[in-house]
Amino acid sequence: MRGSHVVGEAAIRAGCRYYFGYPITPQNELPEYMATQFAAMPDATFVQAESELASINMVIGASMAGGRVMTSSSSPGISLKQEGISYLAAMELPGVIVNMMRGGPGLGNIAPSQSDYFQATRGGGHGDYRTLVLGPASGQELADLTRRAFELADEYLTPVMLLGDGMMGQMMEPVEFPEPIDPKSLPRKPWILDGARGRKSRLIRSLLLDPRIEEEHNWKLYRKYEAITDREQRSESYLTEDAQLVVVAYGTAARIAKGAVNRLRGNGLKVGLFRPISLWPFPFQALKSLSQWVRGFVVFEMSTGQMVEDVRLSLEGKRPTHFYGRPGGIVPSPQEVAHVLSGHYFRLDGKPGS
Amino acid sequence: MKKVFERPKSLKPAVFHYCPGCGHSIIHRLVAEVIDELGIQERCIGVPPAGCAVLAYNYFDVDMGEAPHGRATAVATGIKRVLPDRVVFTYQGDGDIAAIGTAETVHAANRGERITAIFVNNAVYGMTGGQMAPTTITGQATTTSPGGRVPLRDGYPVDLSQMLQTAAGAAYIERCAVTNPKNINHAKKAIRKAFQVQLDDLGFSMVEILSPCPTNWKMSSVDASKWVDEEMTKFFPLKVIRDVT
Ligand SMILES: Cc1ncc(C[n+]2csc(CCOP(=O)(O)OP(=O)(O)O)c2C)c(N)n1
Ligand code: SF4
Repeated sequence: MRGSHVVGEAAIRAGCRYYFGYPITPQNELPEYMATQFAAMPDATFVQAESELASINMVIGASMAGGRVMTSSSSPGISLKQEGISYLAAMELPGVIVNMMRGGPGLGNIAPSQSDYFQATRGGGHGDYRTLVLGPASGQELADLTRRAFELADEYLTPVMLLGDGMMGQMMEPVEFPEPIDPKSLPRKPWILDGARGRKSRLIRSLLLDPRIEEEHNWKLYRKYEAITDREQRSESYLTEDAQLVVVAYGTAARIAKGAVNRLRGNGLKVGLFRPISLWPFPFQALKSLSQWVRGFVVFEMSTGQMVEDVRLSLEGKRPTHFYGRPGGIVPSPQEVAHVLSGHYFRLDGKPGS
Repeated sequence: MKKVFERPKSLKPAVFHYCPGCGHSIIHRLVAEVIDELGIQERCIGVPPAGCAVLAYNYFDVDMGEAPHGRATAVATGIKRVLPDRVVFTYQGDGDIAAIGTAETVHAANRGERITAIFVNNAVYGMTGGQMAPTTITGQATTTSPGGRVPLRDGYPVDLSQMLQTAAGAAYIERCAVTNPKNINHAKKAIRKAFQVQLDDLGFSMVEILSPCPTNWKMSSVDASKWVDEEMTKFFPLKVIRDVT
């Protein structure tokens, strides 16, 4: 199944019944899938909004009203959605946002890229908040992490972003889906706006004019982000047990890097791959523990270097950390990456690892 | 003793923060009375704006969910699509609905979204201190058009209601004013009809209400009302703009 369709199917199986979006390449197959499937589902609503701004604000409304809701876009569109994402975070509303990244900045191109890592993981919109970000690297993971994104959004009452790229969206792979959830079977949300029948009226807002209350709210959000940081770090370590050199990469870049690692292993080089799955929170604990024996790290990204900052922060300067990047939508081959890795490998302390 | 006048149930017992003579206070009351009379308080969800009425949720005793500046009709769309049997209304100033939120408004109307927009037109950005609004009339002085609005430089006053006249999804649009008892009574009827249009599932409804802002117009309350009647209505005549009910 095509990656974009996998996300759509997984969302429907996760109980998502509301989708609001605006077309942008390379993710149009996802709204198209939602529109097609929802057409046959009487309890589901698809709206093609007039803009990304409108669609993310429809997400806000649907979330306030208690719906499991998703939107999707690609880089320039996500920039427009940032206003709404900041409000979702502030008002503690769940919602799933899919970003199939393309080359940027500006209109850029529609080729697979990873240039929105900063925007995705640093909040992106204004204010003191974080967005939970998951970076799938396979068809199966697209399915699993889409389900997980909805769960996390509801658990922590926060927007969750699935960060892929055009390659992820187009890739065809066999996938096993989890059992579908009937949204009616989900626990009732005690905070939603559904009309104050037999109860006091409710209010969902982000305007906190009193700076003391705003501060209190920001500390409350911060404590939530701390809890997420403690509990939700996810990563995969591949052939790292005896590795001398480890390449750190996520998403599409991680697939390429895995190919490179396999090639080099075939030549007897002790290299491994560390793949962050949660991009925020960044899995710094697992990465840091590798530095006990791994002698050097190479961060490979399809950007000019963004995640490399998180890697360096995690390693706290304990090991040399190099960067290799191809920005602008160039997808390098495993061979190219293997060449870079072997160069670093043979420069480790001037001699190959024992 | 017979009570002849009381606070609408749908208004909380809170003191308005609005300036004396401000139309928002009257319009709040009218909307609350209509909600009471239609018996929809317990299934009503309001979307307050950014603007002077941003604190509307301190006053309306119904579920309220805030929208970013201008996006109220999009937020209301999301709510209504999840809960089609609830009554959803937005409350927006002219800056909110006719500047930053123009696209959201035009398209909600065009989709025939079953929501009701209360559009408070005071020809100025009240909350941020009296800057020029899309609805500022030609020649009107504001802090960002100090010598008066000059169309060649500032563009012409935007008549959003008239623009929406052709929106196929809009069932009812009327422009009223809250400048005297007769106008106020009429505005209430229009608000009631707009909610009824939603209850009858006919399409998008909007009531534009010309509303004095004595503070930013630097006028007395009486003069401000007079200015609405005599000057504003030249650009924004009071009338039913679209009614396909
Ligand atoms: C994105 C964004 N831009 C600007 C503002 C600042 N702002 C708050 S209210 C407002 C204008 C309100 O004017 P109007 O809608 O006419 O309402 P009034 O205050 O006159 O009732 C502006 C520009 C904001 N809150 N958000
Ligand atoms: S500034 Fe104008 S619109 Fe705002 S409360 Fe005062 S009179 Fe009303």
